[in-house]
Amino acid sequence: MNWHAHLPALLLAVPLLGAFATPVFNMGGKTLRNAWFIVISSSVFLIALALWHQVSVNGIQVYVMGAEQFALSLPSGMKLPVRIILEVDALSAFMALAGSITSLAGAWFSLSFMDRFTGLSRFVSLYLLLTVGMLGMMITGDLFNFFVFLEIASVASYGLVAFWRDRPQAIEASFKYMLLSQLAAMLVLVAIGFLYGRYNVLNMAAIGSLIHMGIVEKVALAFLISALALKCGAFPMYLWIPDAYGEAPASVSCLLVTVSQASLYGLFRVCFSIYGLAMSNKVVAWILIIFGLLSMFIAVSMAVIQHEVKRLMAYHAVSQTGYMLLGVGVGLLALGNSQALAEYGFTALKGGVFHIFNHAMYKGLLFLTAGTLYYMTGTRDLNKMGGLVRKSPWTAFMFVVAAAAIAGLPPMNGFASKLLIYQSSFAVHPLLTVVALVTSILTLASFVKVFQTAFLGPEQDRMADVKKVPATMLVGMGILTVAVLLLTFFPTWALSHLVEPAAKALVDQAGYIAAIMGGAF
Amino acid sequence: MKPLSIVVRTCCDMFAWFMVVFGSYVIIHGDVTPGGGFQGGAIVATFMALLLVAYGGEKVLSWVKFSFYNGLLIVGLLLFLLFGFSGMANSFFYNFLAVPEAVALAGGAHGIIPPSGTIALMDIAVGIEVTGGLTLILLYMFKGTRMFNLIEMGGETGHDSR
Amino acid sequence: MTVGNMPFLVVGILFLMGVLAILREKNLIKIAIGISIIESAVNMLLITLGYRLSGDIPVYFLSGDVDVMVMPTPQALTLTAIVIALATSALMLSVIMLIYKHYGTLNVDELRRLRG
Repeated sequence: MNWHAHLPALLLAVPLLGAFATPVFNMGGKTLRNAWFIVISSSVFLIALALWHQVSVNGIQVYVMGAEQFALSLPSGMKLPVRIILEVDALSAFMALAGSITSLAGAWFSLSFMDRFTGLSRFVSLYLLLTVGMLGMMITGDLFNFFVFLEIASVASYGLVAFWRDRPQAIEASFKYMLLSQLAAMLVLVAIGFLYGRYNVLNMAAIGSLIHMGIVEKVALAFLISALALKCGAFPMYLWIPDAYGEAPASVSCLLVTVSQASLYGLFRVCFSIYGLAMSNKVVAWILIIFGLLSMFIAVSMAVIQHEVKRLMAYHAVSQTGYMLLGVGVGLLALGNSQALAEYGFTALKGGVFHIFNHAMYKGLLFLTAGTLYYMTGTRDLNKMGGLVRKSPWTAFMFVVAAAAIAGLPPMNGFASKLLIYQSSFAVHPLLTVVALVTSILTLASFVKVFQTAFLGPEQDRMADVKKVPATMLVGMGILTVAVLLLTFFPTWALSHLVEPAAKALVDQAGYIAAIMGGAF
Repeated sequence: MKPLSIVVRTCCDMFAWFMVVFGSYVIIHGDVTPGGGFQGGAIVATFMALLLVAYGGEKVLSWVKFSFYNGLLIVGLLLFLLFGFSGMANSFFYNFLAVPEAVALAGGAHGIIPPSGTIALMDIAVGIEVTGGLTLILLYMFKGTRMFNLIEMGGETGHDSR
Repeated sequence: MTVGNMPFLVVGILFLMGVLAILREKNLIKIAIGISIIESAVNMLLITLGYRLSGDIPVYFLSGDVDVMVMPTPQALTLTAIVIALATSALMLSVIMLIYKHYGTLNVDELRRLRG
């Protein structure tokens, strides 16, 4: 009995405690509230790190809420698991690590960035609740619990997107997001109801061990895929993304990126761990690949014409999601065929999974630099900025790092993950690689434009009175920059220690099931 | 909104307190009867709805203290988490007060259904929280319909839309 | 007399009504009502799916001599879903109030600040 075993529960309990106790600390003044915010975010990061370490050493961690022993998933001779079960495999721990890093960076960034506004106690509470929802989606092993955390994250993000309530655009974006996301959540719930009615269990591993394809399962799969694709902003349903990301405060956009990826994680979990080998035909894999290609290309061509920084970056977020869908779709295509899996499928999965982590880091960093640009100049319009490199060289440096990473310039981490996707998708069809490469070039073009207009060029008169960037904002951006640079300089270590276990966990359906069902399976 | 007639006000006065008593009953018996923390809390919050309808917003808003309901909300939530943490010796949310299965089956507890341990306490915590939260929602939404002014809300400044 | 598949039919009709309301109505409040109808439809679906034929209540001390007990899980799911639905409806109505303050209209066609 040691405290390590409780890490999965602590990962949810600590930010929850942080969110609920914020109003108490708010009574002690601004400094105390800010200190509390940072303490909680840092401890969440440390817990996620410890959990990741624990999982990489000891394998899948199972935690049963409210049981006599924390790992008792099948009490007193039951055939099916009862109670709420958290199941953390390498992929979950990997995602939780990415999520907690962005959450910490956003927390540091918001300290001075949000300082001018009112209602900050609510902001901190909602921010921590959003973190809880995101982490919960990543580490839960129960379908209904997944829905609950999805809704916690959604409700918190509606509030945060509409946080600047005197801006009509923010309110409108929040309403649009709310409408689409509620519809998606209800589709998820219908699918969960179908699966429950069929198998009498809600545990993902238990459903995975019982499943055999029929009409009901196919309908449930269609509902789950369409709803989760909407939540993560894949092609046909991406329209809420630019509005919501563009209008939310910058630190929230940074976290929302990872929250969308938690939905993406749910999609992968459904495809690989629940349905897995039972899903014998390749339709789903091709749907993922085609969604991926379309979101990649269409979103990037929309992004090139934007002149509002954060909307531009939000379109890029959609286009980068396409890469992950492409990578994992190619992996799904090869699932069940061990030769294809070894040839290209596993590489594609590694690329897709690595891209999730990379994207969370550099896209978060880009949103934070965009927030810094707003903070300094007071305008959202790219055409009104210019010459900012002299005002804040650090911001310019971090922007260059992030932009190089997202465009996939050779030494950066974005290149490493994109290369894996190019290599493997070429084995399926060369056209996939061509689209991905063209997207990459357009991304580069669009970020060169942003860099040139915002940071270079002559110093404009109206930019003479720009604000200084406060230290805490630099710390927030610095955390993500360090993460991007570490991934850049040690790609081999990252691939073998971070990414490969996660990709293996994704393929290993039997292991995921056996961790819960034990000998019964 | 103007106060309604004296008939309505008297009825609402009576029913409002009745709702508080009934809601508390539902909360406290949450573990053995249909209902529970959320349902009971929603019934208790009807208190404020009735008062708002009968007396109109301006009067009621001058009576109530928002910080009191905020306090209820926070206390309920923290109590709930406290019960979660106190089972931590076994696992998070472990029901450390429950009657053991053997004792329950032997009829060692009084009544038909044995006491539920922390579930009842958690029901009470949730009841407190929902009372505070729903009352706050009602008050804020009523404030929003009537005397809502963007400047009054705190005078947001420093936006980046120039 | 058995009910057969009637409840599922009702659920389907309710769900479609909600979707139609979201797609066809122009008034924001009516769209919010559409979302609520969908939520109710899903809750009904969960409740209907939960029942097993000739099942009894899952309380050991009250159920008597029955072997089949109905799992209380769908009820728990429905209660949770209702709580979530309440939170989202409250938030949605508040946001609609803010939209009305800003734009002076509830017509969805006139909310056009976000473009491109």
